[in-house]
Amino acid sequence: MTQFLQQIINGLSLGSIYALIALGYTMVYGILKLINFAHGEVFMVGAYTGLHAASALGIDAYEASGRSFPLYLALLVLVVAMAAAATLGMLIEFLAYRPVRTAPRLTPLITAIGVSLFLQNAGMLVFSPNPQRYPAILREVRFELFGVIVTNIKLTIFGVALALMLSLHLLVQKTWTGRAMRALSFNIDAAKLMGIDTNRVIRSTFAIGSALAAAGGILFGLDQITITPLMGVLTGLKAFVAAVLGGIGSIPGAVVGGLLIGLAEQLTAGYLSPAYRDAITFVILIGILLLKPEGLLGVVRVEKV
Amino acid sequence: MHRALRVAGVAGVLLAIYALQFGIENGLNDYVQRIVLLAGINIILAVGLNLINGTTGQFSIGHAGFMAVGAYGAAYVGVKLAGPVHASLGPGALANAVIFNLALLAGALFAGISGLIVGMPSLRLRGDYLAVVTLGFGEIIRILFNNATFLGSATGYFGDDPSGLPAYTNFFWVYAWVCAIVVLIHNLTFSQTGRSLIAIREDEIAAEAMATPTTRLKVTAFAISAATAGIAGGLFAHMQAGVRPEDFRFEKSIDMIVMIIVGGLGSISGAIFGGIFLAVSLELMRDLQQYRLVLYALLLIVIMIVRPQGLLGTRELHHLFRRRAKPTPPAEGA
Repeated sequence: MTQFLQQIINGLSLGSIYALIALGYTMVYGILKLINFAHGEVFMVGAYTGLHAASALGIDAYEASGRSFPLYLALLVLVVAMAAAATLGMLIEFLAYRPVRTAPRLTPLITAIGVSLFLQNAGMLVFSPNPQRYPAILREVRFELFGVIVTNIKLTIFGVALALMLSLHLLVQKTWTGRAMRALSFNIDAAKLMGIDTNRVIRSTFAIGSALAAAGGILFGLDQITITPLMGVLTGLKAFVAAVLGGIGSIPGAVVGGLLIGLAEQLTAGYLSPAYRDAITFVILIGILLLKPEGLLGVVRVEKV
Repeated sequence: MHRALRVAGVAGVLLAIYALQFGIENGLNDYVQRIVLLAGINIILAVGLNLINGTTGQFSIGHAGFMAVGAYGAAYVGVKLAGPVHASLGPGALANAVIFNLALLAGALFAGISGLIVGMPSLRLRGDYLAVVTLGFGEIIRILFNNATFLGSATGYFGDDPSGLPAYTNFFWVYAWVCAIVVLIHNLTFSQTGRSLIAIREDEIAAEAMATPTTRLKVTAFAISAATAGIAGGLFAHMQAGVRPEDFRFEKSIDMIVMIIVGGLGSISGAIFGGIFLAVSLELMRDLQQYRLVLYALLLIVIMIVRPQGLLGTRELHHLFRRRAKPTPPAEGA
């Protein structure tokens, strides 16, 4: 029982990272019907920006002297990484996706694969291909709760992710930009006719999604301790599966899907074999495509000519 | 009469390849020979992938996975067949040819079946699901081979013999298979079925309205494409003494995509050009190894923005020489 609870705790914290990344996939897909393959790489760049921001703020000195990194600096690292990723997201949209936006759907798809590949390999050139240790932006404190080991890092991951998801919910439901985003995902041409600057809204969507992915990247670094330039490939794939599981285009769906994928992965690692933790996501993807392709919370849309 | 002509044609082509083999084995050094063999394997990969990505318009980005299944399948079956076949036919070139080709076909069968398993759930749907599922498949199959102890896990499969897999792959077999597969895919593309595949690419809903069984055709085309990747995998495996999981990384799938996009999605001659282009450019960029994929990525993006139909578009090279070219279907993105 305690082992089960332990896996649940680990699964929820991992799952909330997937959920943060899945939100970016689902928002972009909702509007442009594009699988933004480069999203996993934006997540990677976010994590590396966090790493470099932390060392620029002198984390090595703190670590050497055994003092913990001040909280306001940790928040600054988060904000810097999110801003950098948002810029990168907008840049990708402007340079690569906008020129092919109206092309047949294969063209943007190949472009997205190209951008993803470019960032992976540019990442290896810039950040070195070797895994890098993530600085302890947060010092780990362990405590026991009903026989289950909980760390402040797991709790922070869950808390930060929850706070960001709630802010996104408010943004999408209560602000003008959010309403415009919903209008675009409903019907982009009609939205244009209603005087919405679609370019601006698409740009904001990319910025918001990328910022969330960067936050996910820092949390991932805290959780997994090492990061590599290829970390976005498998994690991005899992987050995309999370988005499909929840119903692509649905924001609550991405959150539910992310948490479920995280749980499934931890339970597989705990009860079957750690070797299959990556394979389970794929099994889930095949299963959902066979049984309920619109996802758990998605809506069926009839395709018209 | 027609049939006799055809048999004579096939025999002539095989003889020509056989004659060329002598020239190549005696006239070129090992290094160049290897590039020539790799170019042939690339052509098979590109022409096969082009059937699904170019002609049918469904995008697979994990074909390295099918190549891996074919490579492991052919290697394993080849090793297990060697005993019984040698026992009945004795050692020699004939027995080796029988073993090799049966092994290749077995690899193609395994790859084709995995194609069916991957294609059936994802091709029922419209949209880009195939891309994601094949990406996942490519990663997962490597994890499975990494953990399959009877196939040597992470060190790779080298057969039961300490010297590794027998080096069956030579110029003759590679290019005989190249010819067979190019002819097969060409005939398929320019048949009624091929027209249906193009219709699916151009407008799936309209194709369905014309009573085209879209799902069945997409899955069939995908399985054929996977099987050809399996053949290429089998040839590749018997070229280098063994198969390792890391031979089939995501980069390999990207290489294949670059091959078909450079030449033109939907064009067989474009795919052939792309296959040769990649084998040569891989060697030319050997010293620039760490920049290679960055350059390929930029190449993909730039081609998509500037000339999404690639070099040839959906046209074929021999169409360019026709006096009055048949109207070809408009290229996607043209």
